Amino acid sequence: MKYLGLIWAALYRKPLRSLLTLASIFVAFLLFGMLQSVSVAFSQGIDFSGVDRLIVAPKYSIIDPLPEKHVFAVQAVSGVERVAHRSWFGGVYQDSSQFFPRWPVPVESFLAIYPEYLLSDTEKQAFINTRTGAVLGRPLAEAYNLKLGDKIPLIADIWPNKDNVGWEFDLVGIYDVADSSVDSEQMFINFEFFDEYRQWGQGTVGTIVVKINDPDQSAAIAAEIDRLFANSPAETKTTTEKAYNQMFAKQVGDIGLIMTGILSAVFFTILLLTGNTMAQAIRERIPELAILKTIGFSNMSVLMIVLSESLLIVLVGSLPGLLLAGFLLEGLRESVSLFNGVELSGLILAQGLGLACLMAFVVGLPPALRAMRLNIVDALGDHL
Amino acid sequence: MADRWSLFRRSIVTGTLIEIETLAKDYYRGKVVIPVLSDISLQIEQGDFLALMGPSGSGKTTLLNLIGGLDTPTLGSISVGGERIDKLGQGQLATWRSRNVGFVFQFYNLLPVLSAEKNVELPLLLTNLSRRERKKRALAALAVVGLQDRASHRPTELSGGQEQRVAIARAIVSDPGLLVCDEPTGDLDRTTADEILELLQLLNRDYGKTIVMVTHDPKAADHANHCLYLDKGSLTGSQAL
Ligand SMILES: Nc1ncnc2c1ncn2[C@@H]1O[C@H](COP(=O)(O)OP(=O)(O)OP(=O)(O)O)[C@@H](O)[C@H]1O
Ligand SMILES: [Mg+2]
Repeated sequence: MKYLGLIWAALYRKPLRSLLTLASIFVAFLLFGMLQSVSVAFSQGIDFSGVDRLIVAPKYSIIDPLPEKHVFAVQAVSGVERVAHRSWFGGVYQDSSQFFPRWPVPVESFLAIYPEYLLSDTEKQAFINTRTGAVLGRPLAEAYNLKLGDKIPLIADIWPNKDNVGWEFDLVGIYDVADSSVDSEQMFINFEFFDEYRQWGQGTVGTIVVKINDPDQSAAIAAEIDRLFANSPAETKTTTEKAYNQMFAKQVGDIGLIMTGILSAVFFTILLLTGNTMAQAIRERIPELAILKTIGFSNMSVLMIVLSESLLIVLVGSLPGLLLAGFLLEGLRESVSLFNGVELSGLILAQGLGLACLMAFVVGLPPALRAMRLNIVDALGDHL
Repeated sequence: MADRWSLFRRSIVTGTLIEIETLAKDYYRGKVVIPVLSDISLQIEQGDFLALMGPSGSGKTTLLNLIGGLDTPTLGSISVGGERIDKLGQGQLATWRSRNVGFVFQFYNLLPVLSAEKNVELPLLLTNLSRRERKKRALAALAVVGLQDRASHRPTELSGGQEQRVAIARAIVSDPGLLVCDEPTGDLDRTTADEILELLQLLNRDYGKTIVMVTHDPKAADHANHCLYLDKGSLTGSQAL
């Protein structure tokens, strides 16, 4: 601890160089914290605890449809309170850059299962009773300047209708959301009308949503549902909403692999950079190290001093990086639903610090050994 | 100034401090042997101020390094204060140096990132002294060299002469009996050099330090009590001043 002042002072030797090194270490560990947290969250097993809604999806590919009769079969499973479903409409509004999800749903049961979409009773009744009815989230309605009674034309891509003309829906409701974690940028349309009028695919749905009585039974009920359709032509995989969303994102690519790749590249670069900086710093300081030895510092203390400097610089860079990652994830968790449950755990923090120590060691050892082996007489004279 | 006297003034002891017998030193460049010193025998008395002179390459620095325990001889013996330092291993030598020798070099060799006070404190980090005690001693040593008001300055904010004073304060802070100085005025102008030499003289006279100083400058040697001449690795003469 006596040497702390001495070690700390090393940071001030070349302030700009230290700052650049610190900044790159900071960024590396910020990335590590974020990516590792996401990757861990995505590779986690499904956590059924406290969940009262389940998603029944096709087992093998999320774009396969499920037969509508599965819905009735699920309804019969004991412990199931209510069942609805939703399908992916796709379509184009105005032009393809104006994207928001559009879901054909069985209105009454869907709204019962999802009370977080807030509609007035009149709007709800209008939605149930209007075959061509649709509802939008308030931000969307405002963005497109749409009012109740307006027509919403959609060009079909996946689902052409029987007349092969554009689809047209009547805006009968504008929903608010109970809290900011609920997606307010969606459009819901009447499944009955959609199913009758589409050219093909009648009697199929995208995914089934299930409300259950007792959250403690969620895992058991999920297993029961999947067992029901095992060995049928349309096998299912029942999960929680959160796990389903993440599975959806996973289809984009193997997140874990991508993250590991990015991290490896980042750390390799940082290692080279920091290693070079440390080596350079030691070369400049040979006379100083020689004087420490002259005064009577042992070879081992000189080794430890250089290693500690390396540790200090890596920790000063990495700790704030990791903490900021935790901070950012907290913010993202509240505002972006995909980040639900993504957090910088104590384990990841410990991994980060472990990595930092390893890095400090790898980067610091060569110059530390060099400092340790330094011969005083050679270093003081010009005999190097 | 009570500190100044109580901390660093030692009672004058008499007797032989350094005893060197048939000393030789070779350097090796790969397989090539470079003989640098041969058959050197000499004694240095407690409280002496000895100047070591000779042409460039004659081995002055090499001899000084051996006396200060920075290097070990190829042949012969060196004892300092009765201790055979040629028998000590590297680690033991380091400890021995920290307790018994202060070093002053031509190029000061201060740590640029540390204040004068922290530079002076460095040797005390190897002791068990408390932080307060270390600070007190560092400031006292700075007072001895007349730089108490520059304690917080960095080396870059000091003149060459002041830097050398800080280096001298660092050399005396742990109160060693022996100071070895390699061309301490080699990089300074005449006036500043004289001030440094007077400071060394004061340390020798009033604080009882035994000083061995390598120099090229006959005027510098005048400040010493004795002068030894070295040529091609052998002692060629000595002179009392
Ligand atoms: N570590 C070393 N390795 C090889 N040769 C060395 C080493 N140190 C000194 N020498 C050689 O030993 C000889 C004496 O060197 P030394 O530095 O002792 O001379 P000096 O009298 O101090 O000279 P100067 O007045 O120029 O400082 C020189 O020829 C030098 O090249
Ligand atoms: Mg020399």
